[in-house]
Amino acid sequence: MMRQATSGVKQAAGLALAALVLQLIWPALGADDPPALKSRTFSSGYRFVEMSGEELYVNVCRGCHMVDAMGASGAGGYPPLVANRNLEASGYAIDLVLNGRRAMPSFGEMMSDDQIAAVVNYLRTHFGNSYEDMVTAKDVQGARR
Amino acid sequence: MQDEPLTVRRRDLLSLVGAVAGSAAVYHAMTALGFASESRYQGPIRLEGDPKGASVLILGAGLAGMTAALELRKAGYKIQVLEYNNRPGGRNWTLRGGDTFVELGGFKQTCAFEDGLYLNPGPWRIPYHHRALLDYCKRLGVALEPFIQLNHNAYLHASRAFGGVPQRIRAVKADFQGQISELLAKVTEQGKLDEVVSKEDKEILLLALKSWGALDRDYKYKASLAASEYRGYAKPPGGGLSAAPMPSEPLELSEILKSRLWRYLQNFANYNFQTTMFQPVGGMDMIGKAFAREVGGLIRYNARVTEIWQNDRGVTVTYVDTNNPAQPQKAVADWCLCTIPLSILSQLPINVGAAMKAAIDAVPYAGSVKVGLQFKRRFWEEDDAIYGGISYTDLPIRQIAYPNTGFNKSGRGVLLGAYLFEGANCYEFTAMPPDERVGRAVEFGSAIHPQYKDEFENGIAVAWHRVPFTLGCSGDWSEEARKQHYRNLCEIDGRILLAGEHASALPAWQEGAILSSLDAIGRLHERVIKT
Repeated sequence: MMRQATSGVKQAAGLALAALVLQLIWPALGADDPPALKSRTFSSGYRFVEMSGEELYVNVCRGCHMVDAMGASGAGGYPPLVANRNLEASGYAIDLVLNGRRAMPSFGEMMSDDQIAAVVNYLRTHFGNSYEDMVTAKDVQGARR
Repeated sequence: MQDEPLTVRRRDLLSLVGAVAGSAAVYHAMTALGFASESRYQGPIRLEGDPKGASVLILGAGLAGMTAALELRKAGYKIQVLEYNNRPGGRNWTLRGGDTFVELGGFKQTCAFEDGLYLNPGPWRIPYHHRALLDYCKRLGVALEPFIQLNHNAYLHASRAFGGVPQRIRAVKADFQGQISELLAKVTEQGKLDEVVSKEDKEILLLALKSWGALDRDYKYKASLAASEYRGYAKPPGGGLSAAPMPSEPLELSEILKSRLWRYLQNFANYNFQTTMFQPVGGMDMIGKAFAREVGGLIRYNARVTEIWQNDRGVTVTYVDTNNPAQPQKAVADWCLCTIPLSILSQLPINVGAAMKAAIDAVPYAGSVKVGLQFKRRFWEEDDAIYGGISYTDLPIRQIAYPNTGFNKSGRGVLLGAYLFEGANCYEFTAMPPDERVGRAVEFGSAIHPQYKDEFENGIAVAWHRVPFTLGCSGDWSEEARKQHYRNLCEIDGRILLAGEHASALPAWQEGAILSSLDAIGRLHERVIKT
């Protein structure tokens, strides 16, 4: 990610391993994304109506971070969220979703505290991440500035 | 129906008058600030004085980069341009049959449009007051044709109003205007505006409302031939024995208000969308190609910039060939004009001062999605008499835009089947694989044009957050960020300066990219001549 961890090499190695494992489970990049057409949700206004972390990931985050959370790169890139150490500090994840950073848009005005907590919890317990401390809507509310 | 709105709403009316006075006041303020007045463009830039062999490295061969290349070379600079794509233009881009596009995530689409049909995934219309862009089109020999922003016979559609049946723009506009005029005439006659309207003006106001709103002699807007001249007829005038026209029935004001269809009317009032608008004949990329005919020899394509480094003597940019990324290469120059979108530049190592770096990091990029759909026949013309223009809907596709060229021909045509800009649906469409975006555009569009299901052939979808060379559609400045960072983004930092739509007050417009570039090279030239 943007933050340079001191354990960068170790992190990269872990990431590569996670990517390898995930590729066995998830289809190759560019293949049909698995969530079925029927599960698609369309919001009716400016804000998202999806409530669960999974629904929010599939309908919003996936646009850039991709179905397998491996991110993508072109002239610039979107970071992988797989086994991502930056997710360890839940406050950092909340801040990024709320306020955005560089190519990451801010979702503070498009998602409620509950939705942001749900998607942060989903990311921190999926894609090779297994952090047990759940964040709450109250944490998100406290982080709004 | 005529009585109902009249018994209602003094309060609503007063708030309406307030709103009108308010927007007039806003307009005057804007004019005073120069926003709504003439273009900032003063004709071709004149860079006088000898740059004495100074060199400028330009990053990006979009309109900002190529404008700078063209003008600086003419002024005597040594110019080199690095471009990530294998083509000129950047977001000035057109997709035609046979073109392939690979978006982030690896999804590859091959455009299957028939020869001569196209989609402009990025910019697609040029306001008449974008004088710099128009001047370059003239100087570079780019032929223009009208872009039809307002077609009275296109549709406004609300999925939960009027039984889901799309309404002609002509009818909504006439009925809304007519019934508001009727309300205003009524209170004017009752003397309720006497405090704000003089006696003399009152008479003129009533005449004006009658004329503007198609009111009858009692200042009523109702089914009549007079109103039908504005909103259209149940049976239009003909010839011979059946010549007599028959009036149509207006939509109720209350229904129009509740439907929210009125909110689309601003698309025809807004300064940026006022007629006359233009498009290049044959596709928007005719502009990028015309620039490249002039400066193409200066451009190194397939060059992905990986680092920008300056000292007090010059700038060194490291890049890789996208086909051979293992071999970093270096380009050096006295100065660097960087037009790389901030979504990407913010991720690159660059040794500029803290103020410029903070500005580079402060601007997220807006999402946008466009879907082009090819149909077997131009049913929108043949069946619906819609020749060019745009229909608006509250469905997630937001708009259906009809081709402004090739009118009245038989054979295939391409519609813009979805155009989303920001908002939840834009992210939801971006998150889909491209073939599903196309499928959804067909499904939603069928609610407005049932012919879709039989006539659809193929489509292509571009979601700008997944476009590898921009990671978004355009710089999405908040007012606060602009206040804090805009000047710092535009100032020269040592030997580096930035240009592009993100460094303009016209975000997402090609005019912004060109004006930003002209402003930047003007300041750069001044600096070079002085030193």
